[in-house]
Amino acid sequence: MSPLLSVRNLRVSFPTRSGMFEAVRGVSFDLGRERLGVVGESGSGKSMTGRAILGLVRPPGRVEAERMELGGESILNLPEARMRRLRGSRISMVMQDPKFSLNPVMTVGRQIMEGYRLHTGKSRAAARDKALEMLAAVQIRDPERVFHAYPHEVSGGMGQRIMIAMMLAPDPEILIADEPTSALDVSVRNEVLRIMDRLVGARGMGLIFISHDLNLVAQFCDRVLIMYAGRVVEELPARDLHAAKHPYTQGLLNSLPRLDRPVERLAVLQRQEGWRDALPAETP
Amino acid sequence: MAQPDILGPPGQGVPPPAGGMPSARRARLGRRLRSLAGIALSLALTLLGLLLVTFVIGRIMPIDPVLKVVGERATQAQYDAAYQAMGLDKPIWQQFLRYMAEVLRGDFGRSISTGHPVAQDLLRVFPATVELATLGTLIGVCVGVPLGVVAAARRGGWIDQVARVVALVGYSMPIFWLGLMGLLLFYGILGWVGGPGRQGIIYDGMVPTVTGLILIDSLVAGDWAAFRDAFSHIVLPASLLGYFSLAYISRMTRSFMLEQLSAEYVVTARVKGLSEGRVIWGHAFRNILVPLITVIALSFGSLLEGSVLTEIVFSWPGIGQYITKALLAGDMNAVLGGTVVVGTCFVALNLLSDILYRLLDPRAK
Ligand SMILES: Nc1ncnc2c1ncn2[C@@H]1O[C@H](COP(=O)(O)OP(=O)(O)O)[C@@H](O)[C@H]1O
Ligand SMILES: [Mg+2]
Repeated sequence: MSPLLSVRNLRVSFPTRSGMFEAVRGVSFDLGRERLGVVGESGSGKSMTGRAILGLVRPPGRVEAERMELGGESILNLPEARMRRLRGSRISMVMQDPKFSLNPVMTVGRQIMEGYRLHTGKSRAAARDKALEMLAAVQIRDPERVFHAYPHEVSGGMGQRIMIAMMLAPDPEILIADEPTSALDVSVRNEVLRIMDRLVGARGMGLIFISHDLNLVAQFCDRVLIMYAGRVVEELPARDLHAAKHPYTQGLLNSLPRLDRPVERLAVLQRQEGWRDALPAETP
Repeated sequence: MAQPDILGPPGQGVPPPAGGMPSARRARLGRRLRSLAGIALSLALTLLGLLLVTFVIGRIMPIDPVLKVVGERATQAQYDAAYQAMGLDKPIWQQFLRYMAEVLRGDFGRSISTGHPVAQDLLRVFPATVELATLGTLIGVCVGVPLGVVAAARRGGWIDQVARVVALVGYSMPIFWLGLMGLLLFYGILGWVGGPGRQGIIYDGMVPTVTGLILIDSLVAGDWAAFRDAFSHIVLPASLLGYFSLAYISRMTRSFMLEQLSAEYVVTARVKGLSEGRVIWGHAFRNILVPLITVIALSFGSLLEGSVLTEIVFSWPGIGQYITKALLAGDMNAVLGGTVVVGTCFVALNLLSDILYRLLDPRAK
């Protein structure tokens, strides 16, 4: 069976005064009905990879790739009108902070209904039912009330659950979650993750889970890509993370506190110039 | 800053209301009504302040109001009689109360330059200014807002460049020069528009006054010829004012839109697959409505103040010209009456944009 999404040698670059800046430099991966973690320090090109897949890199940014296929069909440099039909309906994205990613002057209900109606052409009444159903699905106890609320009237955790409800309403095959819990209180992170995981699993979707938190990714994902300076430096099953070979991954692991192996001081993450350009296969 | 979660986490939410209007909505309505009462109070205080200022100005001006009434050659007895009739022998706070009572009755005294009661003069000149300012603002909004939105959406594109030049010219051209050139070209040479004034001589006083706005009054009377004539007179000065208002409104719209278009919710809207038109007008534009309304109200207010130069160039019998002439003649009743009217309009516009803000922005307290 062909993968949901197949990306080969993806490059995203921006013109700057000192020439082209490459934010993503040849990323390749396949995504099946699984949870794929993408980890790396801030600025390593994780978000840009996600935006490139959605066709949301705005000019003057440039996206190039050998191949970018959704369900076997190329979505590379698709005309905007055709890309728009895929966005939201087949690939969707949840972003970091619901405080900024929800429109402050529109009720939650309208925002959920909007995308659903666009892609399904259903009536207002049907969209309303669907929105309430989705709000219930993300375990909001009083969907009717939240439906009429404005984003500033809900907490961060609830805001992110609303985002998940909104993005899953049109039944996409792939969800890109870009640091979906980084802006949330620690107390609600697990709950939001659990809800997202359950919904994505039940629908047999592919999930790209972007995070800089290696621990979280190790617990939550099936497979992990480690990104550094716009490249994938290592790719491995999440359960094998402790056996990572690449020194950058080892560095990331060692700079995390561990209960089973308490240390006086955490290691400082070391970086080497050579990692920028070495391909995963060539790493020691 | 963390927002309080009024809806509560899922485990401990308040049970939903039994029926009827959702309580979140009812609470919002109550908050709005309370805030409107607050606005009304501050409005009353502002108007009181305005009257106090005009009263004080009237008293400290080096112009003797009694002399203006009785004339230079009056006897001392006549002077004293008038002095007492005007209540100037009373304590100052009584004088202020009397002034307030008069103004509230719409009595601003008599204008010494026109010989009419000031209120009557204002009823004649103010509608002329309102008509011009309204049309000018309408042009400014209808052209300026779309221009600003498109300039922001296509930042750096040719429309953005054109909009920049248009605004720059609007900011830097002297209005009287543009007005004179416009008259010369469109009236003098091409003959496309009516000349100075509000109406051609043959239409003067032909339409019964209902609102004082000739465009509307002629429509009410069903007099198409008068309407066309009035329109041909107003189109040039209104376009000129519209251009200045457009320059300001389009720049402000552009910068408001640029700010919104870089917000995360715009990315969300695109992720949902919305068309660029819906992203811009349905999402970003709705978020600039509140500051935009304030800008439009400000721009309208400054035109209402009477665009003195425009009114002079086009012999437009409006309030700007009226106040200026009165000031030069030392006609304090007329000046203060005009000031009260203009000031009240400013306060009213502020109030209006405040109310609209509360209605349009769900985050308003
Ligand atoms: N519009 C842009 N122009 C130039 N550089 C950009 C732009 N957007 C992002 N970048 C750069 O691309 C790199 C990758 O960014 P991003 O994908 O957001 O990283 P992260 O892994 O933290 O999500 C960063 O160095 C960032 O500065
Ligand atoms: Mg990022």
